[in-house]
Amino acid sequence: MRRIARSTLQTAINLVFFSVLGTAVLASTFFMTHDAIQKSEEGEKLKLIMQIVPHDLFDNDIIQDKLNIPANELLGTTDITTAYRARLKGEPSAVVLESIAPDGYSGKIYLILAVRANGELAGVRVVSHKETPGLGDYIDIQKSPWIKGFDGKSRAVYKDADWKVKKDGGQFDYMAGATITPRAVVKAVNKALIYFGENRDKLFAPNETGKEKQS
Amino acid sequence: MSLQEYKDIFYNGVWKQNTGIVQLLGMCPVLAVSSTVVNGVSLGIATAVVMALSGAAVAPIRSFVPNEIRIPVFILIIAVLVTVVQYLMNAYMYGLYVVLGIFIPLIVTNCIVLARVEAFASKNTVLPSALDGFAMGLGLTAVLGVLGAFRELVGKGTLFSGIDLALGDAAKDLVLHVIPSYKGFLLAILPPGAFIGLGCLIAWKNWLNLRAQRKSNTPAAIAPIDAGCSPATHG
Repeated sequence: MRRIARSTLQTAINLVFFSVLGTAVLASTFFMTHDAIQKSEEGEKLKLIMQIVPHDLFDNDIIQDKLNIPANELLGTTDITTAYRARLKGEPSAVVLESIAPDGYSGKIYLILAVRANGELAGVRVVSHKETPGLGDYIDIQKSPWIKGFDGKSRAVYKDADWKVKKDGGQFDYMAGATITPRAVVKAVNKALIYFGENRDKLFAPNETGKEKQS
Repeated sequence: MSLQEYKDIFYNGVWKQNTGIVQLLGMCPVLAVSSTVVNGVSLGIATAVVMALSGAAVAPIRSFVPNEIRIPVFILIIAVLVTVVQYLMNAYMYGLYVVLGIFIPLIVTNCIVLARVEAFASKNTVLPSALDGFAMGLGLTAVLGVLGAFRELVGKGTLFSGIDLALGDAAKDLVLHVIPSYKGFLLAILPPGAFIGLGCLIAWKNWLNLRAQRKSNTPAAIAPIDAGCSPATHG
């Protein structure tokens, strides 16, 4: 009996030893790569933001001028997202919002959109999606320029009925055989613009308190 | 170990016991990631690195680990190594990390890694174990590369698309548009293309084996194919 107990204990110690060793290796790698990972993630985000926010629209550090937005039905988000504010000489010029189209053909479509201060879309991009390759994936800028059709559109020009694909009587192009995908994107963009309209002042509120929290 | 033995280990890993088309272990990444050359080769190399490291890590501790808990300890070691590789890729090859995404953590569950650790590294010294892991990974990389080239060529008419994700923006010019203004053949990109392509590769390997046998006139059977995920059948 005592022998069994001893060998059990030895085995347990052995396993614990390897777990601790493994955790130590992982923790040190995590700390070593943490800064680089954050930098590349921010770099990637900045690249995306640069694509949709015209360069002459801001002179501030967009990545740092951020605002947390709680989950919102109009944005389709279920978690806190981050909005980035573009400012020119201190005046708000555009805001970058994240939005989710929940009703894509195969799951959620993650969008990022830049709205100018006057409510006009500066640009929209799909961040990630699982739409069918070759059919629904033309919403991706790398596959087709379709998504650029949103540039310059606003709810001042297009009414609710216009925010649909042409097949449904709206103003937006689609490709035959894949209407569910663009329908979801158009709907999500419209809703995000409604959100912008309702929360404009909050979105552009100065960042003083936020800045202190970050540093 | 003599030089010849090292050569044998290498030959075994890359060709004779090729994981992709002979042992048929690790089908999940082979089928899922081989849609382009760059994706396939990148994940192949990541797997080869993990296999070499795990072989080298398991060999020196093989006599300390009690038999009963060797599998959990091996898996723990493999999981740690994979996560380290994942962090490094996330930090220094972000574009590629985004593309390979879910498949990097899944290297842990790729049974070829555990199979080689269990069948080889737990019975051999550090250097041969590392070489065995690396050679096996290299064999897998080759299959992923060939399959990726086939699917990319037939499906999109290009080669090396997305290479800028691996080598930086300067490499963008390396993308070959083999067939200009190609409309694309979706089947090759989608999962069925992977199955069909892999089937052709296996058939080709078997044909080579048979031909070699007929030449040497030895009445041996076709090399056995180990399907499934049981390391116990190896070794």
